[in-house]
Amino acid sequence: MRARSIRVRGALATAAALTAVSSACSAPGEGGGEGAATSAVVGIAYEPETLSPLLGFGKDGNSKIFDGLLTHDADLTLRPALAAALPKVTDGGRTYTYALREGVKFSDGKPFTSADVVFTYETILDKGTSNPSKGELDAIRSVEAEGDDTVVFRLKYPYAPFAERTVLPIAPEHLAGGQDVNTGSFGTKPVGTGPYKLVKWSKGEQLVLEANPGYWGGAPKIERFTMAIIKDDDVRATRLRSGDLDGAILPPNLAKAFKGSGRRTYAARSFDYRTVTLPTGNKVTGDTAVRRALDIAVDRQAMVDGILEGAGRVAHGPVPTDSEWFTEGTRRTYDPKKARAILDEAGWRPGKDGIREKDGVRASFPLWYLSGDKLRQDHALAYASDARKIGVEAEVQAGTWEVIEPRMPEDAVLAGGGSPSDPDFDQYPLLRSDLAGDGFNNMGWYDNARVDRALETGRESGDRAERKAAYDTVQRELVKNPGYTFLTHIDHLYVVDDRFGDLSTQVEPHDHGLAAGPWWNVEDWQP
Amino acid sequence: MARLAGRRALFAVPVLGAVTFGVFAIAAASPFDPVKAYAGTAGLSASQETLDQLRANLGTDRPLVTRWWDWLTSAVRGDLGVSSALRQPVADVIGERVGWSVLLASAAFLVAVLLGGLLGVLAARRPGGWTDRAVTSLAYTLEAAPPFWLGLLVMWLFALRLGVLPAGGLTDTGSTVVTAGEVARHLVLPAGVLALSQLPWFVLYVRQGVGDALQEDPVRGARARGLAERTVLTGHALRSGMLPVLTLIGSRVPELITGALLVETVFSWPGIAAATVESATAADFPLLAALTVLATFAVLLGNLLADLLYGLADPRVGFDG
Repeated sequence: MRARSIRVRGALATAAALTAVSSACSAPGEGGGEGAATSAVVGIAYEPETLSPLLGFGKDGNSKIFDGLLTHDADLTLRPALAAALPKVTDGGRTYTYALREGVKFSDGKPFTSADVVFTYETILDKGTSNPSKGELDAIRSVEAEGDDTVVFRLKYPYAPFAERTVLPIAPEHLAGGQDVNTGSFGTKPVGTGPYKLVKWSKGEQLVLEANPGYWGGAPKIERFTMAIIKDDDVRATRLRSGDLDGAILPPNLAKAFKGSGRRTYAARSFDYRTVTLPTGNKVTGDTAVRRALDIAVDRQAMVDGILEGAGRVAHGPVPTDSEWFTEGTRRTYDPKKARAILDEAGWRPGKDGIREKDGVRASFPLWYLSGDKLRQDHALAYASDARKIGVEAEVQAGTWEVIEPRMPEDAVLAGGGSPSDPDFDQYPLLRSDLAGDGFNNMGWYDNARVDRALETGRESGDRAERKAAYDTVQRELVKNPGYTFLTHIDHLYVVDDRFGDLSTQVEPHDHGLAAGPWWNVEDWQP
Repeated sequence: MARLAGRRALFAVPVLGAVTFGVFAIAAASPFDPVKAYAGTAGLSASQETLDQLRANLGTDRPLVTRWWDWLTSAVRGDLGVSSALRQPVADVIGERVGWSVLLASAAFLVAVLLGGLLGVLAARRPGGWTDRAVTSLAYTLEAAPPFWLGLLVMWLFALRLGVLPAGGLTDTGSTVVTAGEVARHLVLPAGVLALSQLPWFVLYVRQGVGDALQEDPVRGARARGLAERTVLTGHALRSGMLPVLTLIGSRVPELITGALLVETVFSWPGIAAATVESATAADFPLLAALTVLATFAVLLGNLLADLLYGLADPRVGFDG
């Protein structure tokens, strides 16, 4: 009796404390961080495993410590960095020649030369190097230095977006060359040509960078740039509010609370989509009528408003509607009535429990999402509920990739992806039929000969108009035979202190690394 | 005493050997794939050829027993191997972090033992009195409160509302030198939370132990002889009431390790916790095995410590058991 009453009292006390906290958390915060405007501290959710470009660090450019031959500006146009100019493309798109910038030095004072470029690319392509992204450089047949200031890439096949790959950071041969590439200390003590130098990397706590005074692009005004590694969203928000951080990446619900607190919220547009794979090997999802019905039966706007709290856009395909690669006329209109008509016409008749049937096959399929990923879970549940309304059942299940991968040929998966720099990077591995089942490429085993041909044209043709036409074909084919139901493109939200002025964001990919967000160009901030 | 310690040390060798093999076997049987874990998000767009190359480079395509034996023989020679998840030699991974974890855990443990003992005795003095009720309710509440939630709570209170203590990290954010003063200030909240999460057990054990001892004949005898209440409590009741608590010290070590793991994550404390989780989900054999050996060692040491203290506190027990 007494033990029980004590336990009850304990529970009451906990509940009371909980209420106190939750009401307190919604109270407006006070004061931003003081301190010199020559330093900035931002909170990020992700910590790189390594800082070695040879193992994949900064492969999409903008690594702060390193430079690539080329780099992206705000609207993702390529600009020369370690190269003196954009590459000369010859031999029908098979040879790329880069003239290198002169007088560039690594932050240890040693000069940067063509040998470092050759070393970087050759090391990554080496079989013994454990770089999981090396497939992105698959097109390269050879890299050669011509003198100290010219590098020539020869490709196996004409590859139009190749220049986009050369934003890859260049490592110094004299430091990284003498040690084991997979385990050497270069991964924790990197030296590059970039605007910042690494001062300290306390794993799990913070990465401290200091301006490189000899940077070829001019010494940055923000002299010290610290990235605090805080995995938990609530903790990051709390530390931002306490003034410990000047900026942070936050989910929409937490970012909302910072309105009008001396901080600005930036929504970075992204190519980061969430999609449902509809595997060809499944009798239900492989049926074109079912695919087309599902494509117009999902209420994408409701997902943007409800799940993303407005921080995103509806996805009509892999390409966001405001991209220049988007094909007008491929917007899907939410129309469950028409979806039902498509299914009726194709012979999918409602069964006893409301789920349709055709030739003894029930219109039901499993839909997997990565367990622990709240965003994917919400998307999957919304998708299942919309499908249910037209008599199709998606059984939502959670699992890790180890559980999901072997089921991909027959079960639907709530997947994510998207790469802004070139449509080829994302669409080729997603849709090519000969890549079906190759690792995580073409997870839905999509098989469409017209799409295959268009992807090949888009990849090989150096002509912009011809490429645009090819990707138009792909997007139109995805309306006729949608092997994936694209749902939303997600905005990434960042909150930054006002004293840094008005900042900008880049269009971001699915896998946004260290230097995404308003601090993508921290070296150019003018505090 | 030395004989007991020596015997335990000998006994530890086969235990550690068996534990490492167990870890390799469990990790091999787990659905986690070291290659997928290594590749991370890049692996979600990698081709099969790349994945196969990684598998060969990481050496995870060899059979379980071979890998274990290779690891064991080189570990005995002092080479702990290389962590695939963190792309660093295991010795570096542990060397960089374990000190901070030990600091956090021992500070918390000390506070929990001392504070728990104090509150427990206070509560046991008058069972059912208001001190007892307050302390016991507090203990149950804390037992029910998850450490990460406590972490957020104290962070909100001390870092946000009162602004007296830093919310996380080992040093001030942006600072590159580690000074004792800064570390001490940053240690208060994480160690406090970890201590609070360990506190209920000690409070309740001491309360029970001392409460029981107060009912025993020697205490009654002492009281009958007219000894001061203070002498009765500290001289008679506390000494025999503390015995179960000593056992607890040994058995709380695993809990302390898991608790530290949560607390480190919440407070961005650069300890071994994050590496432990990563090594497990990444099936990173060398790191996982080394960490398990460390944890097993801590547990064995905790048990040994408990037994030694027990022997010291209660002469009837001796050191042969």
